[in-house]
Amino acid sequence: MKFLHPVRRSKDRERNGNSSRGLLLKLELPSDPSLLCAVRGAVERLTEVVGFTAPDCRAVTRAVDEALTNIIRHSYKGRPDQPIEMLFRSVHQQSNGKPSEGLEILMSDRGPSIERAKLCMRELEEVKPGGLGLHFIKQSMDVVEFRRANGANRLRLVKYVRAAKQDGTK
Amino acid sequence: MQISSRQLDKTTIFDVSGDIDLANSPAIRKALLKEVRDNRTPRVVMNLSKVRYIDSSGVASLVEGLKASRDVGSRFILFGLSTSAREVLQLSRLLKIFEVYDNEEQALAGQQTI
Repeated sequence: MKFLHPVRRSKDRERNGNSSRGLLLKLELPSDPSLLCAVRGAVERLTEVVGFTAPDCRAVTRAVDEALTNIIRHSYKGRPDQPIEMLFRSVHQQSNGKPSEGLEILMSDRGPSIERAKLCMRELEEVKPGGLGLHFIKQSMDVVEFRRANGANRLRLVKYVRAAKQDGTK
Repeated sequence: MQISSRQLDKTTIFDVSGDIDLANSPAIRKALLKEVRDNRTPRVVMNLSKVRYIDSSGVASLVEGLKASRDVGSRFILFGLSTSAREVLQLSRLLKIFEVYDNEEQALAGQQTI
């Protein structure tokens, strides 16, 4: 008989592909810009359910929207009929001995491999159009990870819920 | 998103409602640049009081409008920013670059508040 440590047991579930653990919402959509507003609406409601403050609800919504826009524009070169998958999962972390809840967003597309150099943000001192999406994403989220796996671009975003201050301010 | 325009003296006011994102920011850009570059309107005002959300492509369109207005020596003004719109302009360090007002009366009178 094999005794598995609870943590190791959960890792086994992850290795076995139990992606449904913590799953809150799954979206599969074509790369049609007209659907961005629908996704924003869903994400905004979901962040409220998770318990984010109003500014953080807006931040997460903005990050997801910008990431989707980047997929549509850069991965799929504006084609409106390509597949995008999004998974929204609850996550937990221990920070300074205190547990906190968070939201993990996994986005994947089947576009060509993205050059790492293009993932760099431009300097904001120069006033010019464009190049802001990545800034908004990194400013809004606690974790931003990009990788390529199994022929797909995979973006992982995580934001943890911050408790509102006693006086109601952020 | 809907956009309409009205004329007042030497001013064109664009009234925009809805969200400005990748789906419709090109229309904003086209309307702005036509008014600034082609029509050479001395003062172009964007009424954003009914714009709930604006993304980076929308901000880029506004920046293009601003740069075009500077090129021809005209004024480009925004008013009625929502919390979300104000946030994205702050995040992109553009809030102090634009001429921004709280409402139409202030925008037309030229009394800037940020």
